[in-house]
Amino acid sequence: MIPESDTYNFAYLDEQTKRMIRRGLLKAVSVPGLQIPFGGREMPLPYGWGTGGIQVTAAVIGEDDCLKVIDQGADDTTNAVSIRRFFAKTASVATTEVTEDATLIQTRHRIPETPLVAGQILIYQVPIPEPLRFIEPRETETRKMHALSEYGVMHVKLYEDIAQFGQIATAYAYPVLVNGRYVMDPSPIPKFDNPKMHQNPALQLFGAGREKRLYAVPPYTDVESLDFEDHRFEVQSWDENCALCGSNDTFLDEVIVDDAGSRMFVCSDTHFCNRRQELSNG
Amino acid sequence: MVDPILSAQNLTKSYAPEQGCFSIELDVWPGEVLGIVGESGSGKSTLLRLLSGQEYPDNGSIQFKTRDHESIDLTEATESTLRYLGRTEFGIIHQNPRDGLRLRISAGGNIGERLMGIGQRHYGDIRSIASQWMREVEIDPGRIDDKPLNFSGGMQQRLQIARNLVTNPRLIFMDEPTGGLDVSVQAKLLDTLKGLVQELGIAVIIVTHDMGVARLLADRLLVMKNGQVIESGLTDQVLDDPHAAYTQQLVASILQVN
Repeated sequence: MIPESDTYNFAYLDEQTKRMIRRGLLKAVSVPGLQIPFGGREMPLPYGWGTGGIQVTAAVIGEDDCLKVIDQGADDTTNAVSIRRFFAKTASVATTEVTEDATLIQTRHRIPETPLVAGQILIYQVPIPEPLRFIEPRETETRKMHALSEYGVMHVKLYEDIAQFGQIATAYAYPVLVNGRYVMDPSPIPKFDNPKMHQNPALQLFGAGREKRLYAVPPYTDVESLDFEDHRFEVQSWDENCALCGSNDTFLDEVIVDDAGSRMFVCSDTHFCNRRQELSNG
Repeated sequence: MVDPILSAQNLTKSYAPEQGCFSIELDVWPGEVLGIVGESGSGKSTLLRLLSGQEYPDNGSIQFKTRDHESIDLTEATESTLRYLGRTEFGIIHQNPRDGLRLRISAGGNIGERLMGIGQRHYGDIRSIASQWMREVEIDPGRIDDKPLNFSGGMQQRLQIARNLVTNPRLIFMDEPTGGLDVSVQAKLLDTLKGLVQELGIAVIIVTHDMGVARLLADRLLVMKNGQVIESGLTDQVLDDPHAAYTQQLVASILQVN
């Protein structure tokens, strides 16, 4: 018998649910890039806001963990703030905005600029886990295609890009081949972040709440972005530097700053940008 | 002595008594066009699906000779082998081009898909092969980036042929390739098909209920009724001197326009 209680269980989900998710995660880590179905629960936030990521976080978080949550690289947006507070409240864990201090980082659409280290876990929120979905609506068929490594159609997508735009125009959710076997959707991170997944010392976990799928990239795994021999994979670059910290090698957001349409480019990773500003101000 | 490329023995698939196909024996030699004719529900399409590995039979065997002179029994092959054969050795032309094309992918992408599926990774090469094939089936290569959604029925059907032939298959299956096209477009398509088949020396199994199509394209004919082959032989022989009563009716039913 589980004793009745007035408070939520540690990290909101009940222990059986967490075990179920952990079993799925173990399987996901064993077969890098393979999508594992799991019994996703209703969470106290809408689908599309991070229900998959929040369930994975709840399943792996422990009392000694230190949690960082980012949304498009920022620590201070609504989604990041509320998920961070959710775990501070239901799990009483320490939270941080400092990438190096975090043991768990739940992210929506970015990988932090500060290189991750062994022992850290990066948890992605995933809207559509199936990279083949755009061309094949049937789940039975896409599973078969994964099983038989029938990945020719992924290149059809890139072919269409080049035919239409003269270059591979896919800028986010850029398909990758994991460990030389499974093609995976890296969630809508900009392709700028794709190279960071390759041989990353941190464990990368992916949770799709609406589609109820888990997948993973274990530490030090090959992650290769698909391309053509004569149209290589390239990351975005900017003519300007970050207007706040001067960085020239980070992912920049274009921000409109007044009604006259003036704009500036700033780092999307707020922690990285603040750190650089502090260092240069002494 | 040349071996048949495809050979079926005692092939049976039953949906109900007299529905499906029963104890079919046939051989297809490299470079020949085999026509299968018969009325609706006579088991033509079922037979085609069995022969092309899209469905497993209840009974019987199908021996297929690959490019490397290996003999594969399609009735015992794994799904992955069948799908691989489907991309490399077979071509399947559907009656409705919508079933065989990706309508929202450009014509070039449609032709290139099979190439990319077997590991071609050079955009420039894929594109030049695609435009070459468009010329081959008489579609203006200038439309390489247009979507088949905006093509006419005849163009869609020709694009489907190009998409299948691009990987040099050795055996093509066609299910009523001219169905749903108007007569002049049919004639043009048949012309293209006949030219390509002769030029490339590929074997073709074509299912049709149109005797005109059969006479024009097929070297040999099988006549089917109630799931069984009731007559077979050279096309001219069968059509000019039909033996079975049903075949006589079938031949007599061709509209004579004078």
